[in-house]
Amino acid sequence: MSGTSGTIRAMFRGMLGRFRLDVSFEVPATGVTGLSGPSGCGKTSVLRGMAGLLRLEEGFVAVNGDIWQEGPLFRPTHKRPLGYVFQEASLFPHLSVRNNLLYGAPHRQPPQGQGVIGFDEVVDLLGLGRLMERAPLNLSGGERQRVAMGRALLSQPKLLLMDEPLSALDRQTKDEILPFLEKLHDSLSLPILYVSHDMSEVERLADHLVLLEAGRVRASGPLNALQSDPALPLAATRDASVSLDAVLEDYDASYGLAYLSIDGGRFIVPSPPAPKGARRRLRIAAGDVSLALEPPKSSTILNILPMRIAAASMLGENEVLAALSLEQGTPATRLLARVTRRSWEQLGLAQGMRIYAQIKSVALAHRTQ
Amino acid sequence: MFDGLPPDIWQPIFLTVELAAITTVLMIVAGTPIAWWLARSKAWWKEGVAAVVAMPLVLPPTVLGFYLLVALGPSGPGGVLAGLWGARTLAFTFEGLVIGSVVFSLPFVVQPIRNAFEAMGDRPLEVAATLRASPRRAFWTVAVPLARPGFLTGAVLGFAHTVGEFGVVLMIGGNIPGETKVLSVAIYDYVETSRWYEANILAGGMVVFAFVVILTMTLIEKRARRAGE
Repeated sequence: MSGTSGTIRAMFRGMLGRFRLDVSFEVPATGVTGLSGPSGCGKTSVLRGMAGLLRLEEGFVAVNGDIWQEGPLFRPTHKRPLGYVFQEASLFPHLSVRNNLLYGAPHRQPPQGQGVIGFDEVVDLLGLGRLMERAPLNLSGGERQRVAMGRALLSQPKLLLMDEPLSALDRQTKDEILPFLEKLHDSLSLPILYVSHDMSEVERLADHLVLLEAGRVRASGPLNALQSDPALPLAATRDASVSLDAVLEDYDASYGLAYLSIDGGRFIVPSPPAPKGARRRLRIAAGDVSLALEPPKSSTILNILPMRIAAASMLGENEVLAALSLEQGTPATRLLARVTRRSWEQLGLAQGMRIYAQIKSVALAHRTQ
Repeated sequence: MFDGLPPDIWQPIFLTVELAAITTVLMIVAGTPIAWWLARSKAWWKEGVAAVVAMPLVLPPTVLGFYLLVALGPSGPGGVLAGLWGARTLAFTFEGLVIGSVVFSLPFVVQPIRNAFEAMGDRPLEVAATLRASPRRAFWTVAVPLARPGFLTGAVLGFAHTVGEFGVVLMIGGNIPGETKVLSVAIYDYVETSRWYEANILAGGMVVFAFVVILTMTLIEKRARRAGE
């Protein structure tokens, strides 16, 4: 293996006690890559391996052409330009918030320019202004985790590793932090590897996904492709859904509806007012999509798209899960539909057929720009 | 109120404080790397080393004093060391007393510091490493500040234990005024010569001292626990 610019490549092989880890993946060095799988599948070990906190018998890590580990070459953690956000914020209790933030910041201020993450920018992005002189002891769980993220960012990383940064927080605090993560994703060009077993976080944040299972890579690819692959466990769950990135084309203020377009299709979604060009992530659940052979003439359903059944598989005894691809545009964009076997047979549906997908509801994962 | 005190009562007090202060500093310097290694190393034989360091806790002071006497004497390594400045032996000297006290009280310093390093866990050092801190910088800026209560406890215990030692001093230091005659030996001496008044003053002073030490330790631990929450 060698390091290629534009990608993050990693390979780890070895025993961890009685657990065998044998993973290898290559993901783009942009955006957020989710690292997901059931607990105990080796997610955290992979992340620790990337950081050099864990050394297995065999390992390879290259980030954007820069080799961190290969054969006998092993750069110690403190010489790898990374940021790491642990599950617990792990702030230094003897330092103020300001000094925690500055702990990893280069002493000589790097020349302001592209790719440099500024102190004020981070404070603003994460809403840390009021906390500066406080001690970590007096912060709430969510505030601590935000400081930990800011601290990691200010060390000017080339790769941000996040190990379930929200899992120790309650629902409300999670919802308070997720928008910050989305802002991070949108405003910094920093690649992020995000470990989580919670698909709802992955759906909102990730562009790319690596699925692990029992110490191996089960699948790796763009989020939408993995979500809509009937062969993977994601599609078989009760709340299976797909995420689509759309751009706001128009806004109808009289009805409060946004016209959001994706490559090859358009959705009409109830939404608070937003400017043209705003980016929104849509979430469409498999259970909210039904299929028809002809375009319904009159219906209360706003979103009806001509699609083709790309793949189908049984879901238990009496349900069918179909992966649908758009008739126009990039064929890679897919939706999932879950229908009863009775309807499937009555309509005589089969792989390759053209159908109309009626989408009962489209959820907006609120995405700031 | 001290007018009635004999002038020779002050000498052992000052000598004891000097001995305990020097010993404490040396124990922190020597004990910190040992404590760090004991806390961090994964070597299987480290508990053997820990047992050797802790042995003075269990050994009768006279036994330890006997071996120290042999080691510090003219035919031991202490004699060789003393030869560097033309002396014959380190036994019955202040320097010899310092060496003996360091060995004798070291476990009281190493144990709390080791515990503090262990209680801290790996995480703070991992965090420091992910923030580009070299192991050296992580040690000074993270490990040492976080282990501060351990250092305080170790220093207080080490100091107090050195002040109170008797058996080892008698074996390797004897009773030379201004050189090796420390508090505990002085009390013994006063009693031997039936000067109960002076013995009473020194002994009473030690009682007050012991109370202050225990109280200080309790307060340090209480504060550390609150900071750790």
